[in-house]
Amino acid sequence: MEIERVLICVALMALVTYIPRVLPVTVFRRQIRSRFIRSFLDYTPYAVLGALTFPDVFYSTGHFYSAAAGALVAVFLGYRGKSLVVVAVAAIIAVYVTELIGQALFII
Amino acid sequence: MNWKKSFKEGVKGGIPIGLGYLPVSFTFGFLAVSGGLPVWVAVLISLTNLTSAGQFAGTNLIIAGAGYFEVALTTLVINLRYMLMSLSLSQKLEQKTGTLARMALAFGITDETFVVSSLRPGILRASYMLGLISMPILGWNAGTLLGGSVSSMLPEAMQNAMGIALYAMFIALIIPAARQSRAVLCVIAVAVAAVCIFKYIAVFSFISSGFRIIAATVIASAFGAWFFPGKEEEGGKTQDGD
Repeated sequence: MEIERVLICVALMALVTYIPRVLPVTVFRRQIRSRFIRSFLDYTPYAVLGALTFPDVFYSTGHFYSAAAGALVAVFLGYRGKSLVVVAVAAIIAVYVTELIGQALFII
Repeated sequence: MNWKKSFKEGVKGGIPIGLGYLPVSFTFGFLAVSGGLPVWVAVLISLTNLTSAGQFAGTNLIIAGAGYFEVALTTLVINLRYMLMSLSLSQKLEQKTGTLARMALAFGITDETFVVSSLRPGILRASYMLGLISMPILGWNAGTLLGGSVSSMLPEAMQNAMGIALYAMFIALIIPAARQSRAVLCVIAVAVAAVCIFKYIAVFSFISSGFRIIAATVIASAFGAWFFPGKEEEGGKTQDGD
């Protein structure tokens, strides 16, 4: 991987992460009035996380079936309100175990 | 209350956040290094970004070989939520806080530091904020360093399985919110539907993965803002209770 491109990307990421944080608190010291924009901004994280997660989660491991098992476990535990760490670790274990079972079945 | 005392109080408030960041940043360091980035670049990303979803997604795009514009725009869209938090904090922050102090504390605004500081009664002092963000910064970078360092030591099957970690965390972030609010559930459904249309329908195949995400986000957020305006009060996460 060419390091120059990577470092420019990192600098860009740092910049576009800092700008939304710093601008309102320093420059615009007034409240946003528009209900539409406020709602829009508030829905953005959920929309973006949803779009990032599905369907790409199903391609995130070696096989579709193990990824689906991991996603299922994550949705279930997420629904039960478990913490990020618990959900992530459980999903990893689910994928790992499913892959092992899959390999065993394949060999038989 | 003097500067030092309120800084210390902030540090105390930030310790649990910093501890909570350890496993998440560990996964980040791990994924970044197993994706082909050097450990020092992974730590540099954590040091300069200090955010979860944005830097995970941006790093994924870097590893995938995406262009500058795509990396920057995707990261920006994911981080737009900080604008609301920053705005909200600006209402609560001590009026006389100087611009330099504001610029410094703005760097440490995350979902968690925002929630802790906005739940604090009364006016916010810059010294408290600077103390509050110190421990999360430490935890985030320490975890990244650790995860990146052990990356190559884990067996390959385990490395493959860890590919799901990021998505599992995303799921853990959106499912509870979707359970609480039908509006959020609808927004997520629209976003996923839109991204699937862009991904699987041949006409749209010219749209790259990063722009798919951006387009789906804009469509779904606009949908939510149009059909469920003001619902954000229910979520409570980015509200200061005004």
